[in-house]
Amino acid sequence: MTFKILTANRLDNGLVVYLGETGWTADICLARRAPDDDTAAALDEQGRQAALRNEIADPYLIDIDDDTPVRWRESIRANGPTVRPDLGYQASRS
Amino acid sequence: MYRYDEFDHTMVRERVDQFREQVGRRLSGEMTEDEFKPLRLMNGLYLQLHAYMLRVAIPYGTLSSRQMRTLARIARDYDKGYGHFTTRQNIQFNWPKLVEVPDLLADLASVEMHALQTSGNCIRNVTADPYAGVAADEIEDPRIYAEIIRQWSTLHPEFTFLPRKFKIAVTGAETDRAAVKLHDIGIAMVRDDTGAVGFRIDVGGGQGRTPIIAETIREFLPKQDLLAYLEAVLRVYNMLGRRDNMYKARIKILVQSEGVARFTERVEDEFAHLKGGALELPQAEMDRIRAYFAPPRFEALADASDELENARAADAEFAAWLRTNVDAHKQPGYAIVNISLKPVGGIPGDASAEEMEAVADLAERYSFGEIRVTHEQNLTLPSVRKSELFSLWLGLKIHGLATANIGHAGDIIACPGLDYCNLANARSIPVAQAIGEKFANIRRQHDIGRLTINISGCINACGHHHVGNIGLLGVEKNGEEFYQITLGGRADENAAIGSIVGPAFSYDDVPDAVETVVDTYLTYREDEEESFVDAYARLGATPFKEALYATR
Repeated sequence: MTFKILTANRLDNGLVVYLGETGWTADICLARRAPDDDTAAALDEQGRQAALRNEIADPYLIDIDDDTPVRWRESIRANGPTVRPDLGYQASRS
Repeated sequence: MYRYDEFDHTMVRERVDQFREQVGRRLSGEMTEDEFKPLRLMNGLYLQLHAYMLRVAIPYGTLSSRQMRTLARIARDYDKGYGHFTTRQNIQFNWPKLVEVPDLLADLASVEMHALQTSGNCIRNVTADPYAGVAADEIEDPRIYAEIIRQWSTLHPEFTFLPRKFKIAVTGAETDRAAVKLHDIGIAMVRDDTGAVGFRIDVGGGQGRTPIIAETIREFLPKQDLLAYLEAVLRVYNMLGRRDNMYKARIKILVQSEGVARFTERVEDEFAHLKGGALELPQAEMDRIRAYFAPPRFEALADASDELENARAADAEFAAWLRTNVDAHKQPGYAIVNISLKPVGGIPGDASAEEMEAVADLAERYSFGEIRVTHEQNLTLPSVRKSELFSLWLGLKIHGLATANIGHAGDIIACPGLDYCNLANARSIPVAQAIGEKFANIRRQHDIGRLTINISGCINACGHHHVGNIGLLGVEKNGEEFYQITLGGRADENAAIGSIVGPAFSYDDVPDAVETVVDTYLTYREDEEESFVDAYARLGATPFKEALYATR
């Protein structure tokens, strides 16, 4: 099943984050999932408010299947450059 | 080598202090991202796919060993131990933290470097022939004029908010190594009938979604009129360039919509007002700046070197490197050395901190401490004694920097693509790596001869795919990466835009497709002297199309 989750970049270091149940997280598996349009709209609004509070920058919704983003671009964002497996979030997982 | 004067020092230091304050206000929440974004972009700081990215200006691609060591230290202290040399002779750092960028910029300023005008709708960092000052075929050192343009265009109040970004390149040689025909303004030094040196001015070149070769609007411009004429071009563009549609905002679109004749007339009208005024370049000022670029203390040497010839005869690998990576110098007994940043399996243009330090050390030892960055994402040591080429080559080899592929199939130009870039639709780097593996055999590359392969991950064309002999453009189709192939492009003095050969290839299939194109060339070329691009011009697309699509 496809869900929406909210992503953004941290303000201080620019790294990719996702909105989880208890705040922003670097781990896409911990992202809060919106199963329908209303919940997705609420997530989107939370992103807008978080940007206004200067918690993060550039929030937007993405689609996710299981723990994998639907778009390849988002998969690269969630992991790191495919040509440098030693960098990005993939580095700390391996 | 050129050194900043007190105005530059003060201006750059003040800018660092201003940005430090702006970053503080952003982090404390006094400024929103919308308010901060234009300020960070004015200081070269982008927000990319994984993190912030800082683009540092390398004016006309010239670096000292001291500056290169600082770039290495920055890579280590503020980034993840590497940097990426770009197709505009700049360097990008991929992982700087916003909180640390003010300190990073202060460190850059300590070696007369900055990130001003590497982003935004202003006159960007001026690029030049990487062989400036040393090329055997040079009329005059173009850096003198690139520097004059840098001084004029830095924080120019009238041209800080142009309709779109604006790129200028300068060459002083007949062979165009600066791709001047692909810039908003391309400047080439020429002689008139009397032998006087001046400039040919080309306007309206560029790539992106509308690739256009620049039109010559002035065959000969006297030197003293350079800034008045550039100001006239910029003024016409600033007044008439479109601001309603960013895809039609570059000067190339204005030149095309007005027509070259009408556009030229407008520029000449404006120039008539400016000529002889405050912008006229006094000879004394040109001489003062020329003195900054005085050649290093060359020794009076015989042009031929026994040491070199003995080493060439004794070591085939060294001889192969000489053939591709070393060029003629104007000074007898010296040579120009290119360092390929394209090892097999490497990332085009990337250099680790250790590699940067190695190049800095070797430049200090063998090339008067001077380094150049090329728009092909390689480095150049401009002045090496021929008798020391073998020692230098051994030094480069230790650091994996002696790949003998300059201008050949392995010397692939690639933008960061979807691995790093927010705008990209497809990856460039792994495609470059896969193609590089196919042509890993250096002897095969040398047999193929001169060939440029360029890859862009989106239509913005940072990988200059339009002007690659073989160009690849990454596109996204139904969520998957595909690559359009263009053939016949070239970025030299005979600049041409490549033509799309047919339907795009998938990520997995495109390296084989490139190999098919190369094999087709090898089958049909008249002899080894006929380069890929010449053969394509003679044969047209048909044999390549047949080879690529016959079995599909």
